[in-house]
Amino acid sequence: MKLLYFSWMRDRVGMAAETVWPPEDVTTVGQLITWLAQQSSSHAAAFADPSIVRCAVNQEYARAEEAVGPDDEVAFFPPVTGG
Amino acid sequence: MIKVQPEDFDVGAELAALRQGRTDVGAVASFIGVVRDVAGPGELSAMTLEHYPGMTERQLAGLEAQALARWPLDRVLIIHRFGRLLPGDQIVLCAATSSHREAAFEACAFLMDWLKTKAPFWKLEEVDGQASWVAAKQDDENAAARWQTPVSKAAKNKT
Repeated sequence: MKLLYFSWMRDRVGMAAETVWPPEDVTTVGQLITWLAQQSSSHAAAFADPSIVRCAVNQEYARAEEAVGPDDEVAFFPPVTGG
Repeated sequence: MIKVQPEDFDVGAELAALRQGRTDVGAVASFIGVVRDVAGPGELSAMTLEHYPGMTERQLAGLEAQALARWPLDRVLIIHRFGRLLPGDQIVLCAATSSHREAAFEACAFLMDWLKTKAPFWKLEEVDGQASWVAAKQDDENAAARWQTPVSKAAKNKT
């Protein structure tokens, strides 16, 4: 599974992208966040407050209960501030 | 039409192109967002806009389609810059053409409200030599939420 991080999520995780192989029982965005937060202290810091983390699966916004799979591009970022 | 680019844009040329060849379009509404040098108590020296290439274009194209479906518009233009910008620089241009001015005005406001809350851009401000990410504003969420209510009279004119 390909992961992308933007804005301060990237600063906190310490990388812009990574490829991960979560266990098979990680099937939703929410479960992926819980699993990622346990991978390192940087990940734990980035995902410390999931309420301010937004997610996109294959470039469409996705909520915690939505499905993710090994072939997906999953991005994590803070609430957007464009315009 | 959607453009996501680091380069500046010429508003006059863009608006002229938008209505080129159309003499039945009576209304052209536009909004231009510009970098301010005001950032809380400090003075902003620069702002860097980051975005999510691919998703940005996808979201903006969806936004354009929604505006075209909701109001009786002829064309929609969204230009959003990314990269490092200085105070006074143009950030964003939204424009809509229509036979009805209400539709063009409303569509521009809709586009900007949704850009602020849906388009995957993030602003990094440089203030007094310190760079910090801008936090999202609840006001912007509230402004975008108004478009979830039933369509306005101008939108209903769409046939």
